[in-house]
Amino acid sequence: MHRFANPNQFLRIANPLLPWVGWLAALCIAAGLYLGLFEAPPDYQQGETVRIMYVHVPAAWMALFCYATMAIASAMALIWRHPLGFLIAKASAPIGACFTVICLATGSLWGKPMWGTWWEWDARMTSVLILFFLYVGYLALVDAFDDTTRGQRAASILALVGAVNLPIIKFSVEWWHTLHQPASVVRLDGPTIHSSMLWPLLLMIVGFTAFYLAILVVRTRSEIAAAKIRNIRLGQVHS
Amino acid sequence: MDSVAEFFAMGGYAPYIWPAYLISAGILVTLLGLSIRDLNRNENTLKKLRAERHGSAIEEADS
Repeated sequence: MHRFANPNQFLRIANPLLPWVGWLAALCIAAGLYLGLFEAPPDYQQGETVRIMYVHVPAAWMALFCYATMAIASAMALIWRHPLGFLIAKASAPIGACFTVICLATGSLWGKPMWGTWWEWDARMTSVLILFFLYVGYLALVDAFDDTTRGQRAASILALVGAVNLPIIKFSVEWWHTLHQPASVVRLDGPTIHSSMLWPLLLMIVGFTAFYLAILVVRTRSEIAAAKIRNIRLGQVHS
Repeated sequence: MDSVAEFFAMGGYAPYIWPAYLISAGILVTLLGLSIRDLNRNENTLKKLRAERHGSAIEEADS
């Protein structure tokens, strides 16, 4: 693991992977959209609105996945002092924030026709809204100091403390009464969703994950370049 | 033609389903565009700074 913490080593591995994850994302999302919009049947209770699931659920999964990546990268940066971890966490945050907004917006558009309300202050929705504020707080904090390292450390601690929200989101539909339906894919007793709906959903999840990885590489490269620019400018000031 | 209209009507739920897809696509495409723009800008700045530094190093060596 320590070998990959070197930015140049990271770029040597990540750059050749970039076109592959890019194409994987495009193909999976295209196939998932086709199956989800044309082939999958309407739900017997929710009718056609169930098609919102094919963007809502993958976006929700990514909102959690991006945060988990951010928290793990932050922990590695704090514990082993790998600056690359800070850069990966910072690259991950805006992507996660975007997926969280998609999750909330599509959930709202799904909730109105099915529950009769755009929004309900219950456990699932409130905890996802808190996740969005954690992303925003992280992004505000990471750039709030003149000394980059201090901002990175403060934001990383926020990311770690906020990770307690992840299991709360996942199990909120079981711990509290909520309008939100319980899990139907990741369950101990196997998925309860029919394969005609499971396939487009899985393709969209793989597609969104590949899309995230592609953007993560692009943004981390950008952060590495920005860090090198800072170093050169600091050198110019001191010389 | 009817089936096309039927498809876009989404059983009467078109006002909820299509905005959900459009918002998602809009956000993801914007994120992709901004990320690529930032990368190009940073890598160009870095290249310029390195070229400048290289240039001034040669000047110093000459003088």
